[in-house]
Amino acid sequence: MNALKFLFAAYIATWAIHAFYLGTLVRRFSRLRRELKELGKDK
Amino acid sequence: MKRLFPILSIITAILLAYALYQALVVAPTDALQGDVYRIIYYHVPSAWTAFLLFLINFIASVVYLIRRNQKADMIALVSAEVGVVFCTVVLVTGPLWARPVWGIWWAPGDIRLTSTLVLWLIYVSYLVLRRFSSGSQTQMLAAALAVFGALDVPLVYFSIWFFRTQHPQPVIGGGGSMDPRMLHVLLLSWLAWLCFGFLVCWSRYRLEVLHREVEEAHAMQSLAGGAPAKASLPLDRGSR
Repeated sequence: MNALKFLFAAYIATWAIHAFYLGTLVRRFSRLRRELKELGKDK
Repeated sequence: MKRLFPILSIITAILLAYALYQALVVAPTDALQGDVYRIIYYHVPSAWTAFLLFLINFIASVVYLIRRNQKADMIALVSAEVGVVFCTVVLVTGPLWARPVWGIWWAPGDIRLTSTLVLWLIYVSYLVLRRFSSGSQTQMLAAALAVFGALDVPLVYFSIWFFRTQHPQPVIGGGGSMDPRMLHVLLLSWLAWLCFGFLVCWSRYRLEVLHREVEEAHAMQSLAGGAPAKASLPLDRGSR
């Protein structure tokens, strides 16, 4: 049972790392789109 | 192309869910390690995906050094960044697997573990160089660093063949035997994470294209005598 904690920790950590990275991508996308809009070049 | 992305996303989500089900429910329990061995279905595919992305980074960097091709430069940047994410997963899940099996989180001096950490540090420094250096030579310096950094990939992979190490022998081609059902789940997991990695790279590539468009727009604006390129440096930092 104790070892299972490590299994679930590893799976959760994997998803957390990917979710964090995807979150930064979304944040950067929205910042750039806003920037482009301000420059009057929104696509 | 715009329709392809959501379709691929749905396929990838199904694949990841199916691979997770296979890894946790269908794959047989290991006789020695018990259920904790199932970390292999995230640890190993992440390592293979990271190696593949670093290989792509190496090829794109060589192409950039030869032809000064901007697309190759963008592919190099994208593959390095996503590769670092997968390598981070490897470095986090590895100790979580080692602790219950070896009794230690990390084996200091172990060549496989150390060379993987060095590989991660090399590509992190590559990304730091790309983010904080704004000189005209940045792309070329980064490409050169990537070429030397890629030399560590075969060292990481083959270290367990040529050196005594705490790390187990390779799953494929290392002379070890693996239950075919486990191998099937492992390859399925790799396929799922490869699809996921491809989609993330695609998104990051689109982000990079957008970033360069914004940079260009700022440059045009400042050339046209408008407001100075106010966001040139902060934008650089914020978007990468």
